[in-house]
Amino acid sequence: MSVVESSKDTGKGTGENIASAASRLRRTAWYQQPRFTRLWAMVALGVLLALVTGEQGTTRDIFFSVKGSLTGLNLWICLAVTIGIWALREFAAEPIKSSVAAVKSTVSGPAGTVQDRLRADARLRWGLIVGGLVLALWLPSTLARTWQTVLVDQIAIFALLAIGLNVVIGWAGLLDLGFFAFFAVGAYSTAYWTGRLPVEPPVVLNNFWVIPIAVVTCLITGVLLGAPTLRLRGDYLAIVTLGFHEIIYLVAKNADGLTGGPQGARLIPDFSFSFGGIEYEWSIDPLPYWYLLVFFIVLVIVLFSRLEHSRVGRAWTAIREDEIAAAANGVDTVKFKLMAFAIGASTSGVAGVIFTSKYGYINPEVFPLLQSILILAYVIFGGMGSIPGVLMGAALLVWLPEALKDYVDPADRYMYLGALLVIMMIYRPQGIWPSRRRQRELTMAGEGVGDADAMSEPAGGKA
Amino acid sequence: MSATTQLRKDSDAAGAPEPGETLLELKGMRVFYGAIEALKGIDLTVAKGEIVALLGGNGAGKTTTLRTVSGMLQPRHGQVLLRGERIDGIKSHELVRFGIGHVPEGRRVFATMSVRENLEMGAYKFSAVDSADVDRVFTLFPRLAERRSQLAGTLSGGEQQMLAIGRALMGRPELLLLDEPSMGLAPLIVQQIFEIVQEINEQGTTVLLVEQNATQALALADRGYVLETGSVAMSGAAGELLADSRIRAAYLGEGAG
Repeated sequence: MSVVESSKDTGKGTGENIASAASRLRRTAWYQQPRFTRLWAMVALGVLLALVTGEQGTTRDIFFSVKGSLTGLNLWICLAVTIGIWALREFAAEPIKSSVAAVKSTVSGPAGTVQDRLRADARLRWGLIVGGLVLALWLPSTLARTWQTVLVDQIAIFALLAIGLNVVIGWAGLLDLGFFAFFAVGAYSTAYWTGRLPVEPPVVLNNFWVIPIAVVTCLITGVLLGAPTLRLRGDYLAIVTLGFHEIIYLVAKNADGLTGGPQGARLIPDFSFSFGGIEYEWSIDPLPYWYLLVFFIVLVIVLFSRLEHSRVGRAWTAIREDEIAAAANGVDTVKFKLMAFAIGASTSGVAGVIFTSKYGYINPEVFPLLQSILILAYVIFGGMGSIPGVLMGAALLVWLPEALKDYVDPADRYMYLGALLVIMMIYRPQGIWPSRRRQRELTMAGEGVGDADAMSEPAGGKA
Repeated sequence: MSATTQLRKDSDAAGAPEPGETLLELKGMRVFYGAIEALKGIDLTVAKGEIVALLGGNGAGKTTTLRTVSGMLQPRHGQVLLRGERIDGIKSHELVRFGIGHVPEGRRVFATMSVRENLEMGAYKFSAVDSADVDRVFTLFPRLAERRSQLAGTLSGGEQQMLAIGRALMGRPELLLLDEPSMGLAPLIVQQIFEIVQEINEQGTTVLLVEQNATQALALADRGYVLETGSVAMSGAAGELLADSRIRAAYLGEGAG
C-alpha cells in the first residue's frame, strides 16, 4: 500500500517537474525567438557580403580594406538587401509560396515535372536530344573566340570527366577523390608517345593512336589501384584515392628523368590525320577541337547509357544499395567495382589526351588535387547518377567563374562558386537534374528509411 | 516431395539423425575474427529436405556459422561440404550458383528498388528472369504481389523479410540459409513467415535456420543444434531439444532446472 502511494507521489512530482521545466524552456526572450535569430543571421550575412564585395585588401594596412568596406554605401546596400530578404520571408511567405507553386504548375503542366514528361514521352526525348546536338554543333561558331576557348579547354573537357566520374560515384557508389590523377596519366601518356618526355618511346605515334593506348594505360592503372583498395568502403576508399592523386602529382613533379619534372613537357603536337590523301591537322582554332570533343562525349554517353540499363548497371545499383545483399544474390562485387573504377579512369584518360593535344604543354601544376574535388562537385551539383545532370553541372559550374571574371575581383570567383554549392546542397541536395533513383534515396532518407549516402555502409553491420 | 515428407516424419518419430542423403556438412569448422576464435570446431550436418535450426544466445556463433557456409567468411581450419564436395574458399557470389540461397541478417532489401526489381536481382545468376519464379514467390507471399511496384524501403519490416526470402528463392536454391527471420517482428508476423518457410521446405528446399526464438524455431525444425561460445553444446531432434530441461532453462526462460 505504502509503495503504491509513494510511487503515485513521485509520479505526480515528476509530472510537475516536467511541466515547470517545459515552461521554463519555452519561455524565451524576444531576441531568442526564431524570427529574430534569423534576422541576426541575415544582418551578419549582410556585413559579410559588404566585406566580400568591398575594398580590396592591401599589404600596407590590414585594416584598410575592412574600414573601406564597412564605412561606404556598400554596407547599407548589402544590409538593405539581406534585411529585405528576411522581411519578405517573414511577412510575405504565404503569397510568395503560392505564386511560386502557381508558376511551377503552369510550367510543368498536369503531366508532372519536365523530367517526368521526358521520361514518359520518347518522341519529346529524342527531339530534345537531336535539338541539343544541333545546337551544340552550331552555337559555338557564333561565340567569341575567348568563349570558344573556354568551351573547349574547360567545359567540354570537364563534361567528359564528369560523365566518367558519374560511373564511379553515381552508379557504383565509390567515392573517388583522385579522379583527376587518371587525367594526368592520360596527359603524360600523350607526352610520352609523341616523344616529348625525357624518355624516348619505342615509336612516336599520332595522337589518335595515343587514345587507345591511354585508355589501356588508365585501365591498367585503375585496376592496379583498385584491386587492393576496392575492398575498402566509403571514407577509406576516398582517402586512398586522395593519396593516389597526390602520388601521381608528386611523381610528375619530382621524377625529372621520366616526366620532365616541374618543367613538364612542351610542344606536344595537335591531333592530325592523313588518310587516303585527305590530310587535316587540328590547330590553334578551338572549333575543330570542339567537334572532336562532342564526338567523344556523344560516344561515351551512348556507351555508358547502354551500360546503365544492362546487367552491369543493375549490379552497380545493387552494390551501391547494399554490398552484402548484392554478393548474396550472386553479384561479383569486386569485379563490378573494379570495372566501374577502370571505366571511369579510362574516360578521364581520354579527356587527358585531348586536353594535352589542344593545350600543347603540360606540367604538374595542371593537375592539382583541387581539380579532382571540383569534378566531384560538378557531378553532385548536376545530379549524381544522371548523365544530363552531370553535363549541366559541369557546364554551369565551369562557366560561372569565367562569367564572373568581368564582374567581380577574379581572386574571389571561387568564393561565389563555393557559396552557390552551399546554397544548392541545402535547398536542392539531389542536384539540378537528379536520377530517379537518387531522388528516391534522398526522399527515403528524409522519411527515415534507407540511407541517402551513396558511399556509406548501410545500417545493419559489417561483412 | 512425398518422400521428403516421409523422411521428416521418420526423423520425428525416431528422434535421431535421419538416414537421408547429406546435403551440407561442416567438419571441425574453426573461424577467426583476427585473433578471436569465433567458432571452435563446429560439426554439423543437414540432410536433404530437412529444416535444421541453429540456436544459441548472443555471440554463440550462429550468424558466423551461416556466413561461413554462404562464403562471406572463410574457415581457418576444417571443411564445408556441399553434397560431399568442399565449398569452403569459394566466394559468396559464386556459391549462389551452387544452389545456396542466403537471406542475410537484417533483411537487407534494396531499398530504392521496387519489390519486382528486388526479385529480379535475386535471379541475377540467371541470364533472364523466369516469370514462373516470380509467380511462385507471389503465390507464397500474396502481400508482395499486392505491392509489386512499391519501393522496398517503404515496406514494413515483415514485408521486407518476406521480400528477402522471396529474393533468395528467385535463385532456386537447394539450401536456404535464413538468418534470424524473426528479428524485430511482431509474433503474428513471425508465425506467418515460419508457416511460409515450412511451405517452402515442403516444396523441396532444405532450410538451415538461425534463431534466437528457440520455441518457435524448434516447433518448425526437424532437428536443432545449440551453440554456446563457438561450439556445439547440444544437438538432436527438435522434439527432444524442446523437452530438454537444460534448453528450457537456458533459452526458454524457465526457472533453472
